[in-house]
Amino acid sequence: MNHSEAADKFNKDFDRTTWHDETLWWVRQKRDRAAFAIPEWEDLRNTASQIKHNVLSNLDTYLIEFEKNAKANGVTVHWAADAHEHNQIVLSILKEQGIQQIVKSKSMLTEECHLNPFLAENGVEVIDTDLGERIVQLADEPPSHIVMPCIHWKKEEIGVLFHKHLGTPEGCADPSTLTLAAREHLREKFLTRRVALTGVNFAVAETGEFVVCTNEGNADMGTHLADVHIACMGIEKIVPKRKHLGVFLRLLARSATGQPITTYSSHFAKPREGQQMHIVLVDNGRSRQLGREEFRNSLKCIRCGACMNTCPVYRRSGGHSYHNAVAGPIGSILAPNLDMTKNADLPFASTLCGSCSNVCPVKINIHEQLYSWRQVLTKSGHSPTAKTIGMKAMAAVLSSPSVYRFSGKIGRLTLSNTPFVVNNSLNPWYKQREMPEPPKESFGEWYKKNRK
Amino acid sequence: MKVGLFIPCYVDQFYPKVGIATLQLLEKFGCEVGYPANQTCCGQPMANSGYEHLTHDCNRLFVQNFADFDYIVGPSGSCVLHIKEHLHTEGEGEAKATHIRQRVYELTEFLTDVLKVENLSAHFPYRVGLHQSCHGQRGLHLSQMSELVAPAFSKPEKLLRMVDGIELVQLTRRDECCGFGGTFCVAEEAVSARMGVDRIDDHIKNGTQVLTGGDMSCLMHLEGIIRRRELPIKVMHIAEILTAN
Amino acid sequence: MSREKILAAVAKNKPTLTPLPDIQDFGNPYSDLVAQFTSVLTTIGGTVVEVRSWEEIQQYVQTHFAGRRMVTNLAPLADMAQQSWLTSDPHSLDDVGLAILQGQFAVAENSAVWVTEAEMGQRVTPFIAETLALVIQKSAILPKMHHAYAQIGAAEYGFGAFIAGPSKTADIEQSLVLGAHGPKSMVAFLID
Repeated sequence: MNHSEAADKFNKDFDRTTWHDETLWWVRQKRDRAAFAIPEWEDLRNTASQIKHNVLSNLDTYLIEFEKNAKANGVTVHWAADAHEHNQIVLSILKEQGIQQIVKSKSMLTEECHLNPFLAENGVEVIDTDLGERIVQLADEPPSHIVMPCIHWKKEEIGVLFHKHLGTPEGCADPSTLTLAAREHLREKFLTRRVALTGVNFAVAETGEFVVCTNEGNADMGTHLADVHIACMGIEKIVPKRKHLGVFLRLLARSATGQPITTYSSHFAKPREGQQMHIVLVDNGRSRQLGREEFRNSLKCIRCGACMNTCPVYRRSGGHSYHNAVAGPIGSILAPNLDMTKNADLPFASTLCGSCSNVCPVKINIHEQLYSWRQVLTKSGHSPTAKTIGMKAMAAVLSSPSVYRFSGKIGRLTLSNTPFVVNNSLNPWYKQREMPEPPKESFGEWYKKNRK
Repeated sequence: MKVGLFIPCYVDQFYPKVGIATLQLLEKFGCEVGYPANQTCCGQPMANSGYEHLTHDCNRLFVQNFADFDYIVGPSGSCVLHIKEHLHTEGEGEAKATHIRQRVYELTEFLTDVLKVENLSAHFPYRVGLHQSCHGQRGLHLSQMSELVAPAFSKPEKLLRMVDGIELVQLTRRDECCGFGGTFCVAEEAVSARMGVDRIDDHIKNGTQVLTGGDMSCLMHLEGIIRRRELPIKVMHIAEILTAN
Repeated sequence: MSREKILAAVAKNKPTLTPLPDIQDFGNPYSDLVAQFTSVLTTIGGTVVEVRSWEEIQQYVQTHFAGRRMVTNLAPLADMAQQSWLTSDPHSLDDVGLAILQGQFAVAENSAVWVTEAEMGQRVTPFIAETLALVIQKSAILPKMHHAYAQIGAAEYGFGAFIAGPSKTADIEQSLVLGAHGPKSMVAFLID
């Protein structure tokens, strides 16, 4: 199902769409309040963007520096060219340990690599420990939002799910009770699993340490109780120096949820005594995106989700309509790099309103990249033939003043030839809208009579 | 000063009164206005659909029509933004294209920034809700954007406040997109229409009698929904209000 | 090998080198750092207790946490708790009701407290306890995160964390619930 079909389905439930829109708008407003409390907010965004630009322009050097320092800290560093290699590396570590059960805190990278199904096929049980991720995992769904994975679920539905899986009382939809049930359920997992996998928010080249941010404390509960910590990160997560964390940690949570900082910003430098620590550095298309001049800035993303919360399309179509691990505006500029054919619809799932670029804490020009992806996808043949025919016809009309004037006259009579409406007998414009009442003359005709 | 009147294709075809009001405003403030009869379209409908490579002829035509003016002014932020960002031609025409890109203005910013209008003898005793079209606002910076930590301003609002009897409505979401989005309006019909419905709802809840804006394309979409649902709101382009008496 | 392949692709595709920006600290906008810290921590679900002495901390603990298993590695509170926990299996800390630890310093803008492995005793301590109490010198409250990293400097640690308030989640319909996996409550003792 492409984005517009999925969005059409999503919008069949009017009230639920309202609820989804308002829930996310509420998060956008929290972001606004947090940002407006910081007078230097725009300076911070500029600084963060410049740091990330430097990172991209010197990434190979920083990766080598990071690797050297992480190794000196006693950490094992692995390199994965693609999702498959990433998954194989994780599996091989588990096999070496003879482990079949792990806990995992949030990592969009492992979603991108489809690690969970891969490990399941190989007999490894993965328990997602972020509450929202655990909820969608129990429901056998992917997350619909990178920060709030089950933002599309209502508490009553979670109550039903938990009644079935965790034995909460039937009909209970109280968030506190449900959270407590999940706490007890997951506490047992933390206490019994010997391997914990986490994502990485930032990795510091200068020191070899990496930072994981959570509110729940699930990354820490998992790793500090496990014998082995595996941290998976995209190669773009590097920051040059420790002091740069001050800039990003000020921006991340405020942009994401409006909090001044996440509850936990955990800096992992060395394994605990007797523990193993592994870092998997993953490319999976990132070096290719780095070479696309128009799109490389997308690699600055710190995964705050602000662009989703502000996106009027995301709010009214839901994260799953983007059929990609990362949804929303940022997902729509990252996904075509992974697979142009599968994701050719995503850059069109936008009005190009530009709100995403304005909330982005690292100033990615998201809406401009959406526009550019449209050009790239069309030129590389990822556009429907009917659309191309319609566009060529439109271009022909608009290239010739006399043809334009002539078809304008016809068009005002038939209302079928407005430039923005693709030639289509079942014109979707009319499903919920009227066309303007046709005037008796065009402006051009009026002008000819009245001014010259 | 010689001003080239840039009337976008859908305004030409469907809203000649908006073109007339624009012309009247420019003439009222002493501009020598010319309307090149051979203009068609800025090319944006193709470009935003991923077919910018089909806009060469539109671009060439645009340059032919408008290269000789001191300023080019149009009643549509979206079309003006497209010209400002994407008008290029091959060869010697490029210098002319550059001149146009630097001299093209959306109507309200031309009134406030170039003509420095401080007074309008207009009268419009209604509660008016201003729709901030995204391309005008976030693209041309006609108004401050709600996402940025920066001082507030609004060029269209400044002009509306010069109109006698007007009462400006405060919206709950002051700059959310209406969902038009060019071909988005048909390619993503469900979301597009829903965004429009929500925008109108915001205006109704806050007491708008007349919904206005600087971009007739957004207004055409909103008006289409209003008329289908028979809602008690009138839609007018800002040029019509600024010339109302 | 993938390492070489990735590094070569990155080297080939990276843009021209751009310089790193200078990092400003953006000054101190707070006239009263303690008040700012208190206001933020209270908003995010923590409790601030200003004390003049360790005796006051002891009294507070006895009043509010009597009967709970308590762990601490702070010498002035040594007679309140056993010490063997420092070397025990971290899983055995599952039933800790209160952990009292030193915070190196705190940050006024977001009420985060910097705690490293050295202060934690065991890494899991501040996360596994039902209540976390951190003792912070009032004079060790800094304005912003930039000042915090200036303070940390090139310090070496195996693990360190900024901790701001109790563990929390809003994953169920954006309803805030304290005590997701870690502490259900968090107390900051601000001492002169």
